[in-house]
Amino acid sequence: MLDMSGFPIELSGDNTPMVSFRKVRKSYGALTVLDDLDLDINAGEMVSIIGPSGSGKTTVLRMLMTLEQINSGVIYVDGKPLTHMPKGGKLVPASERHLRSRRVDIGMCFQHFNLFPHMTALENCMEGPVQVLGLPKAEARDRSEELLELVGMIAKKDQHPSRLSGGQQQRVAIARALAMRPKVMLFDEVTSALDPEVIGEVTNVIRGLVSEHNLTMLMVTHQMGFARDISDRVCFFYGGKIEEQGHPSELFGNPQRERTQQFLSAVREAV
Amino acid sequence: MFDWKWEFAWEILPRLVSATGNTLLAAGAGYAIALVLGLALAIAQRTPYRGLTFVVREFVEFIRSTPLLLQIFFIFYVGPQFGIRLSPWMSGMIAIGLHYSCYLSEVYRGGIDSVPKGQWEAAIALNMTTVQKYRRVIIPQAIPSALSGMGNYLVGIFKDTPMLSVIGVAELIHTANAIGSEHYRFLEPFTMVGIIFLAISLPAAGLIRLAEGRVRRKLGLK
Repeated sequence: MLDMSGFPIELSGDNTPMVSFRKVRKSYGALTVLDDLDLDINAGEMVSIIGPSGSGKTTVLRMLMTLEQINSGVIYVDGKPLTHMPKGGKLVPASERHLRSRRVDIGMCFQHFNLFPHMTALENCMEGPVQVLGLPKAEARDRSEELLELVGMIAKKDQHPSRLSGGQQQRVAIARALAMRPKVMLFDEVTSALDPEVIGEVTNVIRGLVSEHNLTMLMVTHQMGFARDISDRVCFFYGGKIEEQGHPSELFGNPQRERTQQFLSAVREAV
Repeated sequence: MFDWKWEFAWEILPRLVSATGNTLLAAGAGYAIALVLGLALAIAQRTPYRGLTFVVREFVEFIRSTPLLLQIFFIFYVGPQFGIRLSPWMSGMIAIGLHYSCYLSEVYRGGIDSVPKGQWEAAIALNMTTVQKYRRVIIPQAIPSALSGMGNYLVGIFKDTPMLSVIGVAELIHTANAIGSEHYRFLEPFTMVGIIFLAISLPAAGLIRLAEGRVRRKLGLK
């Protein structure tokens, strides 16, 4: 059994971060994907994660959404442990029941949208509120239509995903995630699978969320310009760790570490 | 057919028609059992409980590797030794339902495996329970690709009902055989049984294909 003594049962105090990774490790066999990662994200903060493929960026989001289990360390959300639960004054690995009670705070959008193909856009958005949150249908419908309006998809609310373009599907997926009223939104390369001409419609929606909603957001992206525009902080990942982080103007304008410089210049050349 | 007697054929038709009812009932009830149990077996093999998945997988393999006839005999004749006394009808439907549930579980499993991993992840991201994941997300998408296999086994179960004649269930073959023994004429009853089977199986296969297309359209998965 791992020693959990270094991890508090709860985080408290004025500056409790919304999300806190404490010494989080994840490996697949001999391959270490997250190497004792420490990362705090404050409430309302928009943090972008950039870095070469295989650096563990997407893994950060997947761990936070509890799609996979971490090997060691603890993730806290809103001060309470997510990956673990208190038992007899100690932290023990979370049960499915605990995960379900804590996951309500987190929403996620995927690279490939993952809309439910057998439901219309509106049904996709209503599914979570009705089935999981137990909202009355009328209320879920109002909430979903409001969000489809927000992402500019209200005209297509009765269409199935197969009739929508990638950009439209991703906007519906954002509405679907927001319909659960999460405190933290995760965007996993949400524009990577899109045709270039529709990337803007998705990034504009995210831009709108940043300026108008007090959501905590964590975004993995390959679009450096977009990350620079909207982030409060950018983290450059390398080898399962944060190699360098800072305000976008610093990280992009004056990167300190050699690996960051190499990565950024490689990305610029590719454009 | 020089020896074919229409008069005799007409005379025995009502008995064969009523036996057809029994055949359809046995096939329908067996299939209903197989549909439900098969799904349970398929899902049981996907649970994280190692012991359960092992037992279920071995059970499915065992049933699929032994003849249906043996299973019918076993339940009807050996069952009573363990204090399980069932009527021929009961034994027959349990045997046939059990047998086909194992085949259907493989069909379901294929259908479930065909649902992309991202759908499971989206269901987790919406914080669904395991039951909700299956009921709302996975099964509705697994069924369309499983439909043709499900349809094949519906026809298969129908054609296997004659096996129940060995324990005295009065389905078509059993009745035709009884008629033949009574009148010393087998040509008409068995020919008619063949035609009845054909007349049901062929349209059924067509209807299943139609249903498949409809379900796909209804789920928006063309």
